[in-house]
Amino acid sequence: MPDPVKLTIDGKAVEAAPGTLVIEAAKCVGINIPSFCYYEGLSLQAACRMCLVEVEKAPKLMAACTLPVAEGMVVRTETPVVAEARKYTLEFLLTNHPLDCPVCDKGGECELQDMVFRYGAGESRFVENKIHVEEKQWSPVVFYDGPRCILCFRCVRICNEGMGVGALGIVNRGAVSEIAPNHGDHLECDECGMCIDICPVGALTSGTYRYKTRPWEMEHVGAICTHCSNGCKTTLGVRNGKIIRGNNHDRSGINGEFLCIKGRYGFDFTSHPERLQSPQMRVNGKLEPVSWSIALAAVAKKFGAALASDGRIGVIGSTHTSNEENHYLQKFARGVLRTNNIDHHRSGDVVTLLDALSGTTGSLASTADLYESKAVLVAGADLSSEQPFLAFQIRGNYRHHQAHVYVVTENEVREDGIAAESVRIARGGELEGIRSLAERLKTESELAIVFGDSVKGEAVRDLVAFGSSLGIPVKYVALVDYSNSRGALDMGLVPELLPGYQPSNRPGMTIGEMLDSDSLDVLWVVGANPLKASALRAADAFVVVQEMFLTETAQRADVVLPAASAYEKTGTVTNVCGEVQRLSAGPSTMGAKPDLEIIGLIAREMGQAAAAGPWAPDKVFAEIRATVKGYDVPMPVISAGGAAHTTPVNGRIPVESRPDLIHSSRDTLFTSGTLGRYSRMLGSVMEGRRR
Amino acid sequence: MLYNEPSPHEVKILTRRFGLPDSASIKTYLKTDGYVAFEKALKMKPEEIIAEVKVSNLRGRGGAGFPTGMKWSFVPRTSPKPKYIVVNADESEPGTCKDRVLIENDPHQLIEGMLIAALAVDAHAGYIYIRGEYRYLIDIMDKAIAEAYEHGYLGRNLLGSNFHFDAFTHTGAGAYECGEESALLESLEGKRGVPRIRPPFPAVVGAFQSPTILNNVETFCAAPAILRDGGAAFAALGIPKAGGTKMTCLSGHVNKPGVYELPLGFPVKTMIEEVGGGIRNGRKLKAFVPGGSSCPVLTAAECEGLTMDYDAMARVKSMLGSGGVVVMDEDTCIVKVALRVMRFYAHESCGWCIPCREGTTWLRKLLQRFHDGHGQRSDIVLIGDLAKNMLGRTFCPLGDAAAMPTISFVEKFREEFEAHLDGRPCPFEHAEQLVMQ
Repeated sequence: MPDPVKLTIDGKAVEAAPGTLVIEAAKCVGINIPSFCYYEGLSLQAACRMCLVEVEKAPKLMAACTLPVAEGMVVRTETPVVAEARKYTLEFLLTNHPLDCPVCDKGGECELQDMVFRYGAGESRFVENKIHVEEKQWSPVVFYDGPRCILCFRCVRICNEGMGVGALGIVNRGAVSEIAPNHGDHLECDECGMCIDICPVGALTSGTYRYKTRPWEMEHVGAICTHCSNGCKTTLGVRNGKIIRGNNHDRSGINGEFLCIKGRYGFDFTSHPERLQSPQMRVNGKLEPVSWSIALAAVAKKFGAALASDGRIGVIGSTHTSNEENHYLQKFARGVLRTNNIDHHRSGDVVTLLDALSGTTGSLASTADLYESKAVLVAGADLSSEQPFLAFQIRGNYRHHQAHVYVVTENEVREDGIAAESVRIARGGELEGIRSLAERLKTESELAIVFGDSVKGEAVRDLVAFGSSLGIPVKYVALVDYSNSRGALDMGLVPELLPGYQPSNRPGMTIGEMLDSDSLDVLWVVGANPLKASALRAADAFVVVQEMFLTETAQRADVVLPAASAYEKTGTVTNVCGEVQRLSAGPSTMGAKPDLEIIGLIAREMGQAAAAGPWAPDKVFAEIRATVKGYDVPMPVISAGGAAHTTPVNGRIPVESRPDLIHSSRDTLFTSGTLGRYSRMLGSVMEGRRR
Repeated sequence: MLYNEPSPHEVKILTRRFGLPDSASIKTYLKTDGYVAFEKALKMKPEEIIAEVKVSNLRGRGGAGFPTGMKWSFVPRTSPKPKYIVVNADESEPGTCKDRVLIENDPHQLIEGMLIAALAVDAHAGYIYIRGEYRYLIDIMDKAIAEAYEHGYLGRNLLGSNFHFDAFTHTGAGAYECGEESALLESLEGKRGVPRIRPPFPAVVGAFQSPTILNNVETFCAAPAILRDGGAAFAALGIPKAGGTKMTCLSGHVNKPGVYELPLGFPVKTMIEEVGGGIRNGRKLKAFVPGGSSCPVLTAAECEGLTMDYDAMARVKSMLGSGGVVVMDEDTCIVKVALRVMRFYAHESCGWCIPCREGTTWLRKLLQRFHDGHGQRSDIVLIGDLAKNMLGRTFCPLGDAAAMPTISFVEKFREEFEAHLDGRPCPFEHAEQLVMQ
């Protein structure tokens, strides 16, 4: 570590590493130098000239965003000269700005407004005509209003550097310069909306949010995205119980500034017109709306009857429900319903990975590890499409730390562009491809391996053996599909495993076995849609479905109970890397109840409330922390909205992981299982329609 | 082809082959000491070449006047990266038209200059970035490059040595900004021509992230003479601290406009009266632009006893610039000149930074309104204010280039601005126009 450089900023002594920019060094002593174009983590522009500061012995004002610290440097950030320079720069900036703040989406959270409030002149000296160009729609979700644009180029850089898409550029010259999309008049990109979020003004606006509300009329709820397994924090803007927008206003999540199209716009399923708002019961062969009490009574009666007659009960859990719900569901199934016939859609071989890693510590990578590891290997997955935040982390690692990225996939992937080496190999053959990189990988100082569902069973064991043979620290991520796929495994929604990967002494039926059984008496499906692809063989089975929509499975149900979405309840979820985060309830949908409450109400109706235990999320989580291995996470971290990395198990798991049942749905950026079908926004973008 | 008759005052060093039959051909070039300097340089050590250039007191002819020898010495010769030679032939400064005649009449002199620079820093490739409007020069240059390859002055193992050098032409696309060295490099690399953050300077991180010598055409063209006749001889042609001759582009209200090679330190008055043949129709001098439109304008009084060199111009708070001299007689409307200059900069501002992008356009609109007779007294102050708010606060010198002349117009010719007030028509409305609108 080289000696720190000593300098003075506004009279405060600062020590900073050589090469630190003055604008960053100032932050260390709580001085915020204003800027538009400077954005931490993106390349430097020095275009906005707002960060000009006085430096002793410099002939003119210097841009703090490109000025490295120097020994003995004396910087003043708030002198009359500096304030005047900022005032006149803002005066220039406002000459062609429409000043339409009263109707601008950004009003109230606009950096230009704040800056003018702080440094701007009281009146304008500009009396010439302003340059006006019409607003443009680039895609269903991205609009560009040129006159509002201050040309800070943040959008161009985040798209190019952060997303690796490069869908934005600059056209024209001088005062008529504009940001332009890659296809001339429209965008073809990830539709992630990062450009909108990073825009300091109202130049880029969201197609789903524009002109709907003022920012201060909303509550901002830091929720966890309920689509893919990455566990990004998305800030829901909620007004009158309805989500108006999603963005990453709250950057405290593991994803920081990142969100993909699903996290930003994919909330609209919550207010889809087909959303179930009342229980339904089959009357004369047709589902009819009934009251909660009638529906619950019917369910309790059937469950009780099946128990009394030693009937066969099958339970299918969800990859989107909370850990609390999953834990309570399996506890109820195993304890009250006395069955191990419980399963969920498995999408990654976490079980074999944990077993193969038994005896080691620190071998499970967190999302932060993917940003920091000196080398990353991606096998059998198109990360940019399937696990967008993990891909963002790896791109960031490459840009900021020059990480070596290795890719072993069947098809070309975006990570090829930053890869030190890419290997093309058919799905299932990834291990062979990885072995071909052995010599190069041995020269790395550490490695994080991310692998998809095509690496499963023995291949995972071989992969871990290969990793150990490299002689360097290796961490792993077994990719899974959905927001709580990992939590479902951790909580034991599998016939052969109890919570915390403890083997069950009496394994029950898998999903396939339940559906194929001709003697199933009751099938209870909580937030899953197994009948989309398979048929239920037992024609007489009584089917209870907790769901948001009348899915294929719900249509076959005898009782449908309307469930709340992840955005409408509290609880915790565990992401692909095993990081636990807390859900926050934002909107509410009349009639729907959280699955935990529904299960509790069924228990009560059956007279089993005491056996099932309390169904308050906090109480269930306390039980999870106390009983599930690896979940004894620090509560302050969780309560404050942080992510706690779980370490699920450290011992052999003496069961077969059933690789035959592991299949990823391979959802892309524009699909998301059932939820995706009910998100009209995901279907509206051309990239989504094409897939 | 030559556009003007030579003047007896000229000292013909760079222009020595001008007027010779087929002066652009390698045949003529070789007959007149062509590539002799290169042969000499091949036998010299790099540091000797740089020392010779330092002795010559050659200063950058693109406008900034930075000592060339020193610039070359900044290139880390031992860097493992390749080094590049880049010729700035993006001559776009209004009033400047010297690089085109140098390339048109003697392209091999430029190639030889590049070869000498290449030897000085161990470069093996060079690019000649020619402004898009000079389309025809690319053909001339390409022909000369082809001839040089044919005769073994470009390519591998030049003159039996183990020195290799390739030269290429590259066309600009019509942006003034690309005359700024870092924007030129961006454009050369195929990107949008916007300036880079400096430091690092091109000598260390230039073309393709590698050390680069980037000079103006005229600067490179001076190198063969320096090596051939010695740095001291070149230095002696000029004045202390500024050696050699300067290509001077004399335009405006003079009787004999043209490009003249004059020794540094040449008296302004003699230049106008004798070289330029005096002001047309015997009128009086009103204003004088010494080195392209970005230089602060000088009044007739300031031109008294003034000489054409870097330091003398600095003393009167202007610049020698690129040698684009514009002479304006008493019938010139300074408000209109200010407007014309600002129209140029507003059109050419690349849009990168706020003060330049918005300031030039605002000033253009304001000056247009003012010249149209809709100005107010407060606007005169505002014009100066806006220019001062741009000055020194922009990302690259383009903003300064727009601000400096504007400030000088308002400060030195305030009465002309006042004459446009109160809806009065332009006092020079009926004056004879030199240039078409």
